[in-house]
Amino acid sequence: MSAFWSAWVTVITLAVIVGCTWLLFATRKSQPHQELTEETVGHSFDGIEELDNPMPKWWFQMFVATVVFGLVYLLLYPGLGNFKGLLGWTSTGQWEEEMAYAEEHYAPVFQRFAQLSVDELQQPENAEGLRIGQRLFANNCSVCHGVGGVGFYGFPNLTDGDWLWGGSEEAIKTTLHNGRMGAMPAWADVLGEDGIRDMTHYVLSLSNREHDAASAERAQPQFASLCAACHMPDGTGMYALGAPNLTNDNWLYGGSFEQIAHTLRHGRFGVMPAFSGLLSEDQIHLVTAYVMSLSND
Amino acid sequence: MIKHETIEKNAGLMAILIIIVISAGGLAEIVPLFFKDSTTQPIQDMRTYTAVELEGRDIYIREGCHVCHTQMIRPFRAETERYGHFSTANEHVWEHPFLWGSKRTGPDLARVGGRYSDDWQRAHLYNPRDVVPTSKMPSYPWLFERRLTGDQTARKMEVMRTLGVPYTDEQIANAKSDVQGVYEVDALVAYLQALGRTHTNYDVR
Repeated sequence: MSAFWSAWVTVITLAVIVGCTWLLFATRKSQPHQELTEETVGHSFDGIEELDNPMPKWWFQMFVATVVFGLVYLLLYPGLGNFKGLLGWTSTGQWEEEMAYAEEHYAPVFQRFAQLSVDELQQPENAEGLRIGQRLFANNCSVCHGVGGVGFYGFPNLTDGDWLWGGSEEAIKTTLHNGRMGAMPAWADVLGEDGIRDMTHYVLSLSNREHDAASAERAQPQFASLCAACHMPDGTGMYALGAPNLTNDNWLYGGSFEQIAHTLRHGRFGVMPAFSGLLSEDQIHLVTAYVMSLSND
Repeated sequence: MIKHETIEKNAGLMAILIIIVISAGGLAEIVPLFFKDSTTQPIQDMRTYTAVELEGRDIYIREGCHVCHTQMIRPFRAETERYGHFSTANEHVWEHPFLWGSKRTGPDLARVGGRYSDDWQRAHLYNPRDVVPTSKMPSYPWLFERRLTGDQTARKMEVMRTLGVPYTDEQIANAKSDVQGVYEVDALVAYLQALGRTHTNYDVR
């Protein structure tokens, strides 16, 4: 704040306090009588009159006390322009203290678990580590992946051991750090409506479900040229591109004929947000251990 | 000195004296903020809302999102752990009106951008309980039916410019074509995804 505005704030603030104090004493002094009487201020509204008595002493003293409080407060805390107050308090300073306190108390806890591998964290004696991971998961992940990681339509189930981007420690950590962007292209223009129908039958055939064999056969060459690059020739998918396994009848966007056809027609673009800015390395380690524990049993 | 009785019996005089007294707080606490760099200068490299995001912001206001959601992370660890870096005044210099809110029925949204995917935001707006079973947020299905016309968008951006938001002539010229036909829900999601993402100063944890 410039010197002018600092002075502006200081002068107005002190002037208000001085003004209130003056008003308090001036009106008390000008009171015609200091004792309780039956005298009124002289006007009457609908027969209601106002007694002209001084303010009770305890009340007056409370006003004085607020003035004293105000002055002491302005001396200790920042309030008068650029004057920082004798305590040197700031809101960001208070926040930094809080953070330092937490770092001092919680960092050793996280460090202890950071030294353990995700496999060691699955052991009963390290259950506290998994519980921390569980709470971090509940706060940050369960909004999309559901409580306990069971997922929703369009948001992967993490308990079934079926992974889009891989279930290894490295893969999960990469997913958490950087997020993932799934990209299933839309094939409506390329395949046409008949092609979409045939391909849907082919996709159904991959997981041994009821399908029209002739239709599926017609789509087979196109699957090999268009789909196999990501989903692999046998349809088992590829972690590197987040292409799901199509042979296990486990569906992120629904496995009915209509839902599969819709996916083929319009594509799917699932996004996992990046958490590197929100969770620390040690926290990501524990979340990873917790996520891996979900499909262990 | 003016007698109590004189003031009480002259409404005009009393009004003037009242105005003098109650303006003291504003003069000391609010007026200096109009002349401080930290409250008048945008944070480094902040971008303006796009035309679609600006329309999304108006939907946010129309639907009363600010009644239950704040956009103001206070400097407490409990808040910064959950929501990210605390809010600073220079992030809000282009907010007209600001949407800090005063009550959290739902979580703070100041940095919600990028935390959830667009699909999640759409599913959640259509029926929050589809993705958060215990949510008590209302559903907003009509956002999925209505499209923006973009008729007012350029005017809104011009008004924002007179208030100090540096929209370019090009942005204003393209406003209508950018916005026309966009579903309301997509504009709102675009706005939500922009919250806290119009600059990168606080990205490093």
